[in-house]
Amino acid sequence: MAEHVTESTEAPAYATGGEYVQHHLGFLTYGKRPDGTWGIAHTEQEAADMGFWSIHLDTMGISLVLGLVFIGIFRSVAKKATSGVPGGLQNVIELLFDLVQSSLKTSFHGKTDYVAPLALTIFVWILFMNLMDLVPVDLIPLAAQAIAGDHHLYFKAVPTTDVNITIGMSLSVFILILYYSIKNKGVGGFLGELAFHPFGKAALPLNLVMEVPAFLAKPVSLALRLFGNLFAGEVIFLVIALLGYWQFPLHFAWAVFHLLVIPLQAYLFMMLTIVYLNQAHQHH
Amino acid sequence: MNLNATIIGQIFAFFLFVWFCQKLVWPPIVKALEERQKKIADGLDAADRASRDLEQAQARAAELLKEAKANSAGIIDQANKRANQIIDEAKEKAREEGARIKAGAQAEIEQQINQAREQLRQQVAALAVAGAEKILERSVDQNAHAELLKKLAASL
Repeated sequence: MAEHVTESTEAPAYATGGEYVQHHLGFLTYGKRPDGTWGIAHTEQEAADMGFWSIHLDTMGISLVLGLVFIGIFRSVAKKATSGVPGGLQNVIELLFDLVQSSLKTSFHGKTDYVAPLALTIFVWILFMNLMDLVPVDLIPLAAQAIAGDHHLYFKAVPTTDVNITIGMSLSVFILILYYSIKNKGVGGFLGELAFHPFGKAALPLNLVMEVPAFLAKPVSLALRLFGNLFAGEVIFLVIALLGYWQFPLHFAWAVFHLLVIPLQAYLFMMLTIVYLNQAHQHH
Repeated sequence: MNLNATIIGQIFAFFLFVWFCQKLVWPPIVKALEERQKKIADGLDAADRASRDLEQAQARAAELLKEAKANSAGIIDQANKRANQIIDEAKEKAREEGARIKAGAQAEIEQQINQAREQLRQQVAALAVAGAEKILERSVDQNAHAELLKKLAASL
């Protein structure tokens, strides 16, 4: 679009708005090319052809950077944490600790040595990743393109709009659910819960049909809820970016609305993790 | 939407960061929070104790004040009594002294009167003798008439 404000003389001119949006939804994918060499995919078809053994350098990289930012900030506060009057940043972090601890108090009954830092990490890390959504949609891709010297480079800045990232997180939680279920109930107890509930031993097939999909749905719903919300938000931002100067008030309005979604989704992911792990600790 | 090894990367990153958080972040801050909680609890406890102590101290102070008042009243009473006693004693002493001085003066006066009287008596006796000598124109034996003269003098 000619009036597109982020467009510069060097940037590729998109033929249609759809192409602009489509390009912004592509990933910087590293994998094995059809000719046998390893490198970065230049088209989405090429990226798709790389199959499973390829990696999104953009979302993975930003996810790692944000994780390190989280650990870095919190570690620096933890090192000089005082039991006296807390300073500015410590106040904020203590607020988050209170949030996690009160969530655990109401929803988790058991030892919290591992679950508490787990919940904190999930909440803050996802919050940081979601907050990338508020960075103007073209800023990071344009910067990446300028650094790479390739104006057609795919670059996606919001990790939680990559379903791989959200599935990675929900699978991690799923692994923990399996681990704690088996640790607390034994293999027999865990399988028994799937097979003998809710209708007793007589209705074993029916129980399995009801319980196994419900169990497997946990990581899927966890991943897709987060991904869906953030992806939709991202697409709306991209569409708004096509509207010329009208995009400024609209971006602002959508960002304000999105400001609710960002912490809410991070909180939901954390809360559901706590609830699922609590179920893994409870005997029926 | 390609599913790829980013999932595996994210799983590794996930457990790595959770581990970092569990080892490096969570314990010091929770420790600080718990310490503060304890401090606040101790502070409230101390405040409670202090207010109880204050109450006790006030009660004790009131008691001491009452005692002191009673003591001072007793001391004032005693002092008043003693003062009255001293005044009485002084009065008594003054009276006695006055009486003594009066008695002394009276005795002296008495003595001088007696002296004067004695002198007068002697002079009168001598005068009477001289007069009688002149009247009788003869010498009277003083020794012979001493009894008579003494009687004369005593009657004066």
